[in-house]
Amino acid sequence: MNETLKQFSSSTISKALLKQIEQKAGVYKEKFGREPALMEVCGSHTMAVAKTGVKKLLAGKVKLISGPGCPVCVTDQKSIDAMIQLAESDDRIICTFGDMVRVPGTTRALIDAKTDGKDVRVVYSPSDAVEIAKENPEKQVVFLGIGFETTIPVLAVALKKADDEMVKNFSMWVTTKLVEPILRKLLNEGDVLVDALLLPGHVSIVLGKHHYQYLVDEYRVPGVICGFEPVELLSGIYKSIELLLNESPEIINSHQHVVRDEGNRQAQLMIDQYFQGCDEAWRGIGVIENSGLDIRDKYIHLNAKSRFDIKAGEPKRTKCRCGEIIRGLIPPEECNLFAKACTPINPVGPCMVSSEGSCAASYQFLREE
Amino acid sequence: MVEKISLAHGDGGELAHQLIQDVFITTFGHHDQAKLDAAILHIPQEKLTISTDSFVIKPTFFRGGNIGKLAICGTVNDIAVSGATPLYITVAFILEEGFSIRQLKEIVFSMAEEAKKANVQIVSGDTKVVERGSTDGIFINTTGIGVVKTEEMLPRKIDEQDVVIISGTIGDHGVSILSARGELGLVTELNSDCASLNDLTREVLNVSSRVKMMRDPTRGGVATTLVEICEDFNVTIEINEDTLPVKEEVEGACDILGFDPLYLANEGKLLIIVAQEDEGKVLAALRKFDIGREATTIGHVSEVKTNGRLFLKMLLGSRRRLNRLAGMQLPRIC
Repeated sequence: MNETLKQFSSSTISKALLKQIEQKAGVYKEKFGREPALMEVCGSHTMAVAKTGVKKLLAGKVKLISGPGCPVCVTDQKSIDAMIQLAESDDRIICTFGDMVRVPGTTRALIDAKTDGKDVRVVYSPSDAVEIAKENPEKQVVFLGIGFETTIPVLAVALKKADDEMVKNFSMWVTTKLVEPILRKLLNEGDVLVDALLLPGHVSIVLGKHHYQYLVDEYRVPGVICGFEPVELLSGIYKSIELLLNESPEIINSHQHVVRDEGNRQAQLMIDQYFQGCDEAWRGIGVIENSGLDIRDKYIHLNAKSRFDIKAGEPKRTKCRCGEIIRGLIPPEECNLFAKACTPINPVGPCMVSSEGSCAASYQFLREE
Repeated sequence: MVEKISLAHGDGGELAHQLIQDVFITTFGHHDQAKLDAAILHIPQEKLTISTDSFVIKPTFFRGGNIGKLAICGTVNDIAVSGATPLYITVAFILEEGFSIRQLKEIVFSMAEEAKKANVQIVSGDTKVVERGSTDGIFINTTGIGVVKTEEMLPRKIDEQDVVIISGTIGDHGVSILSARGELGLVTELNSDCASLNDLTREVLNVSSRVKMMRDPTRGGVATTLVEICEDFNVTIEINEDTLPVKEEVEGACDILGFDPLYLANEGKLLIIVAQEDEGKVLAALRKFDIGREATTIGHVSEVKTNGRLFLKMLLGSRRRLNRLAGMQLPRIC
């Protein structure tokens, strides 16, 4: 198995693929008068193309645009403020994914609350938070449930565990996002020129290949589902350009060893059992109808939003241009704050501190100075 | 025998006396010196080096060591990488009321054992006990004293084309501790690399007079240590991704959690900058030791007298700048 995995990061195969991409991109440019523009929908892809050097190596040949797939980055400031406010009580233990800890709120970040003695814990799995609740019956334990379709099933597993085991002091503050509504919004508005999509490897494990057929049927935009290792990324890019040259849009599953046509039925059922559609506010974009999921009314006893009276005020306006960055309208370097007022140590927006944020990717992996 | 540390163990009375006799003096074995308020040291006519470090690791016991072994290795290594031979060590304990004396004995035993291995004498010590909740079980401070020959004092001037060598795989300690904490659902069989490096540094200095600098890349990992060297000595260093020795378990854990082994702590690895012509000699010297068997060259100095930067040459051929770790590494969502 490890040998198979190693092939995905082989530099020999990658270098050969790079050459082939350059050649195909040249043909594309001759035919259409400009470089092909591909959007990596997923934040982990944004990180991977930056970290492996793919983005730099293809600069001027293939335009890679970071999309809206970083779950922390698309979280509305008001929701972030509410989550931080939750942590301000001594009677609560706040459990969260690591990505959220340094995200700046209007007044402070979770990590500042922790420094002040509030109980904020990083867990890898939401179910760990249920265990923490069982170990601390005198405290209210709240898990901050953010994420896309990749993460929502594991949130459901934690809700199931808490419900089955009747863990009364556990609840979840949910602000999840769905991929389809934001892609539709981007494609409908047409502000950003995208020829093809690199579709998320992890989300697709849950949703399956067939889910994306609307991209072809309604928008005539091709997409390639791909993994995160250099060879997988590069073959995804290669296949995308090939589809564009053939002018025959379709969805290709280039991550077949883990993504099935119909996705993971069990995960989908879990989502459906515990969650229902809701309108969600996206950072810098606004509310998109039915673009997120919240806990089903049947499980309202596990919903932190109904358990606690948290009302975050209107967030302070900053010059952070995350909204435009996550829509792919501008690269991070065009934000005036980037690498000056906004750095990983002093972040202004979540894109700079999330492990999938495009500003973090650019700051860490693309700057030479 | 009382089983737990109480506040009385720190008050200078009978219990304190018993603790010092039973746990420290018998284990560390320095009966005469313990009668004095200060130890008398016999120092050869050479230059002295001194280094101090405090150890607060959680958990106290981990695969491959415990806080005591770490407290000796850490200070021995700080002295050794300066080119010196560590001779003496002082230890100070801050114990939490209620701490198990059986565990304390185990820790002290590891310290004595490691000190013997590293050929250093523990010559002075102190114990304080604080109320339950005021500390996390046990904290240890150690201060080391070593001697160094003028001609072996490091650092020396770094030149273009000098090579960067690491004595073994990176990130083992970091992943082992993460796993020992059990917070991230990560289970590995991996041992911390915690070890004294003074035998390695001695051998390296014996075979080469062109060693420019040695460091032990602990917190912040290899990347942070090299960034510091680049900035402090105004050199540009380029390391190669495909030569970095990383154990499969470490790579796997990093992939899952979104960590970078270059930024994970090591507690028994030696980073050496040496003139290119002595590269082979130094590698051969390191590989004589069990803990140096996987020693390898990971990069070179590409520019001197410049604004110090560290670059990683990546598998696909491009390079990217490596900066200091910004805050701590945190596990990601997906």
